[in-house]
Amino acid sequence: MKYLCLIYNQEKNLAGYSKEQWDSLKEEYFAYTGSIKGSGHLLGGNSLQPTRTATTVRVRDGKVSSTDGPFAETHEQLGGYYLIEARDLNDAIQVASRIPSARMGSIEVRPIMEFTQ
Amino acid sequence: MRDTVDAVYRSESRRILATLIRLLGDFDLAEEALHDAFTAAMEQWPRDGVPANPRTWLVSAGRFKAIDRMRRRARFDASLGELAERLDAEARRTPDPSAPQDDEAVDDDRLRLVFTCCHPALTPDARIALTLREVCGLTTEEIARAFLTSPPTVAQRIVRAKGKIRDARIPYQVPARADLPDRLDSVLHVIYLVFTEGYAASSGESLTRHDLSAEAIRLGRLIVELLPEPEAMGLLALMVLHESRRAGRTSADGEIVLLDEQDRSLWDRAQIAEGSALVERALSSRRFGPYTLQAAIAAVHAEAATADKTDWRQIAGLYDVLVRADPSPVVELNRAAAIAMRDGPAAGLALVDAILARGELADYALAHSARADLCRRLGRTADARASYERALTLTRQEPQRRFLARRLAELSVPE
Repeated sequence: MKYLCLIYNQEKNLAGYSKEQWDSLKEEYFAYTGSIKGSGHLLGGNSLQPTRTATTVRVRDGKVSSTDGPFAETHEQLGGYYLIEARDLNDAIQVASRIPSARMGSIEVRPIMEFTQ
Repeated sequence: MRDTVDAVYRSESRRILATLIRLLGDFDLAEEALHDAFTAAMEQWPRDGVPANPRTWLVSAGRFKAIDRMRRRARFDASLGELAERLDAEARRTPDPSAPQDDEAVDDDRLRLVFTCCHPALTPDARIALTLREVCGLTTEEIARAFLTSPPTVAQRIVRAKGKIRDARIPYQVPARADLPDRLDSVLHVIYLVFTEGYAASSGESLTRHDLSAEAIRLGRLIVELLPEPEAMGLLALMVLHESRRAGRTSADGEIVLLDEQDRSLWDRAQIAEGSALVERALSSRRFGPYTLQAAIAAVHAEAATADKTDWRQIAGLYDVLVRADPSPVVELNRAAAIAMRDGPAAGLALVDAILARGELADYALAHSARADLCRRLGRTADARASYERALTLTRQEPQRRFLARRLAELSVPE
């Protein structure tokens, strides 16, 4: 079964990181990604640019409107994701709990909806 | 025959359900299958006699009835057809999944059910409702009455929880060793909440709510029997020791009687012996936690022949350990009360004032009531009155309100 692990962080904390802190976090992420690739869990994943680069798009009455920023102002912001293949929720929780940002932020684990014809 | 089937239902239905959920992989399907199996028993047992092993018969009947049901539904949903054929093939390969020699497998199913119902990915309310429904076999109406809520609310919680189990694929399994401490905590917490809900009520709905404490103790026994971990024993001990005082906790007219004023001859000696023995076992493991420590405190109280024979040195010592194992302002407050008994009310009052000054318990009636009590013992009547009055404005429980009003009235009468 596929699960999306959404990584939420407090951007303002990350903004204060020194170069050393960034490097060590990046290294941790590389190692982690390698480990879930090795275990066969990894299907894909990406890190996202900060929410200041986000644009929210809506279509109302056929008219497109785009606005600056993310859809909702929240305490923690979406910073990246992994798409994984896991046996069940317990397995997915195991994988998610090892994501480096789980220690500072939080990981939302969502099962992927499967559509049959 | 009706009586025989009823007796089998009472003693075996939860075990059968637990096994059917594993075999069929679905809670709703398993519940229907359980119902179908007992309906079939009502028809066939009078004619053919009660089978040698009713449980095996019922599991097998339920399993094949479920496969039949799925085949019928497959006319509307083709995916069910494939599932039915797969389950049928499995059933023919392992025809006797709950044979008597497989008691261990059946026990594992019961643990799987408990751990799944108490999975931390479910909301706490849902865990309680689902556990009482599936593990204890209470009806939605019984659960609603016990928790003073409406049956549709309980039903909705259960439906949502089952939906999440299915859609997020919460596995039907006993957690791995590494996850066991965390997951067991979640199970024990559910049991503890069920118990306190039943224990807190002392009037009005007390009859049905007392059943809730009994249900929690039954669950606690089940866990200790299947998974004899120290904290599971500690929780069972704690519940049994609290339950032992039930008859002494309230007066004939439903008023609260404090521990030091209770008639100890009303305490249930058999429960005290059981609780104390469990505490000993849990403590000797050296892997115990907060439930065991609270139970040990309750055991010290239970073993004192009269209130003034209470071993306060030991109780204060246990609170010192508890406050480190499970720090919380309420535990600190209880520790302060124990220290007041060991070292005198002035020492206790200094601690209570320090806790209140931090603000966390500023709106907690029992903190003010404890302060009032210590002031009273020190002869500081005006301070005692102010704190009793503060407690009175904060309490929402009627028996507690009457108790505080009584204490306040006694302050005006010279002893």
